Amino acid sequence: MFDTIITMFSYEFFRRAVIGGSLIALCAALLGVSLVLKRYSMIGDGLSHVGFGALAIAAAVNAAAPLEIAIPIVIAAAFFLLRISENSKIKGDSAIAIISTASLAVGITVATMTTGMNTDINSYLFGSIIAMSQKDIIICIILSIIVIIMYIFFYNKIFAVTFDESFAKATGTKANIYNMIIAFLTALTVTVGMKMMGSLLISSLIIFPAITSMRICKRFKTVVICSAVIAVLCSVSGLILSYLYNSPTGASIVITNVCLLIIFSIVGNISDKINAHKFSK
Amino acid sequence: MALIKCENVSFSYENTSVIKNLNFEVNQGDYLCIVGENGSGKSTLIKGILGLKSAADGKITRGDGLKKNETGYLPQQTPAQKDFPASVYEVVLSGRLNSRGLKPFYSKTDKQSAIDNIKRLNIEHLAKRSYRDLSGGQQQRVLLARALCASKKILLLDEPVTGLDPIVTDDMYQLIEELNKKENITIIMVSHDIKSSVKYASHILHLNGDKTFFGTTDDYIKSPVGKYFFAEDIQHV
Ligand SMILES: Nc1ncnc2c1ncn2[C@@H]1O[C@H](COP(=O)(O)OP(=O)(O)O)[C@@H](O)[C@H]1O
Ligand SMILES: [Mg+2]
Repeated sequence: MFDTIITMFSYEFFRRAVIGGSLIALCAALLGVSLVLKRYSMIGDGLSHVGFGALAIAAAVNAAAPLEIAIPIVIAAAFFLLRISENSKIKGDSAIAIISTASLAVGITVATMTTGMNTDINSYLFGSIIAMSQKDIIICIILSIIVIIMYIFFYNKIFAVTFDESFAKATGTKANIYNMIIAFLTALTVTVGMKMMGSLLISSLIIFPAITSMRICKRFKTVVICSAVIAVLCSVSGLILSYLYNSPTGASIVITNVCLLIIFSIVGNISDKINAHKFSK
Repeated sequence: MALIKCENVSFSYENTSVIKNLNFEVNQGDYLCIVGENGSGKSTLIKGILGLKSAADGKITRGDGLKKNETGYLPQQTPAQKDFPASVYEVVLSGRLNSRGLKPFYSKTDKQSAIDNIKRLNIEHLAKRSYRDLSGGQQQRVLLARALCASKKILLLDEPVTGLDPIVTDDMYQLIEELNKKENITIIMVSHDIKSSVKYASHILHLNGDKTFFGTTDDYIKSPVGKYFFAEDIQHV
């Protein structure tokens, strides 16, 4: 067992996957707490599909630098989706669904017409964390530094805006700016993360850790920290599973997330019962 | 100059008019109660004063150099935040955010102010508990403590005593009166309770369709609207 793990980490590709995967998962989890609590998790999902369309078009236009073209498009889409969900909750949901399926369709059409369903497009859809290049790792590291610094710097504002946007606005905090910062960082994370996790799985990285830690944690700060830890833990163990059993990487990471969610739900339920018992006495 | 002045203000939701041609002003140190039936537009007016909803017509002006970050606000409870994972202390402390400007972290003064306001509302024993595990009345007190952290000049309260038991309600009224008298914080409060409004407020705004009343509490008691509602309220008690 120990030997297998040591062998695993002796491979360059595996080390890259662990670093890149953990960093992306960490960023997604931090942002996910706010997105889930603000009932904006659909935005993450919508963005991953828009990102796929954008990457497919970008790859057709300029195969050398698809990310550079896709990132601005996804950021613009993020601001647009944010506006829609702010204005009307119910109509917003279907609007996001329309935009995401449309982007997916456009992306696949463009991709098959130009290059065919080649490995690149395939990896944007389903992820290929194993195929990360040196450049991908550097992009991941830069991205996560940006996200983590901005998250820490704006942490108190993000809390206030997530907990009660009206109060924050009424008492003089420019809530719209912080909403836009969250949307901006999500767009960055989704686009960069998509190359590894695939468009179909990146949104699970946003949603799962937040939902899981909320089963047990009672303070915002512990929810954030716990989500970050869960995200990294699940990515690493998902990668190990994927190596050992030769299973698809993205799917393995999601499965470890599902397992942890089930465990946390059970523990949370039991501790709630115990607490209820204590207070009723 | 008045702290807040409303001139011919109207509010509407998608062409349904809620408030029409309203005029009133609030001066530094006033204690204004807004009364009226459900759906008469009290919460809408509070949101208008706070700049959360724009007026369909007319003008709301802030005077006396009143800045947004000198405002405290106790919203009418919305169900969405009721299951939020946050400790009481985190929620109360977030009221200090408007004193921070661009600085990212809370100072010692901010933390002390949060603790002081938690003590003021007798919720010290809840400080470490999760907001979502509290009863409606306890949550209300947490949100009031947060509002106090944010109030420098003016405090707007939307039905602050709803869901509180009678003893806590009395405490709450005492506390608000103290803020008004001792710290000269201007109060604008939405209330269902006309009797307490008349007892504590310096001015009353009664939203009642075309027969809206605005004036001092003494004038309100003598006015036809006031006489009618006030007398009726006393009979019920
Ligand atoms: N977001 C909204 N969209 C449409 N109509 C609304 C909205 N909020 C309030 N209203 C309507 O405006 C009227 C006034 O509401 P409100 O200001 O909450 O009254 P009050 O606080 O006095 O009970 C009500 O008829 C209500 O149905
Ligand atoms: Mg109301």
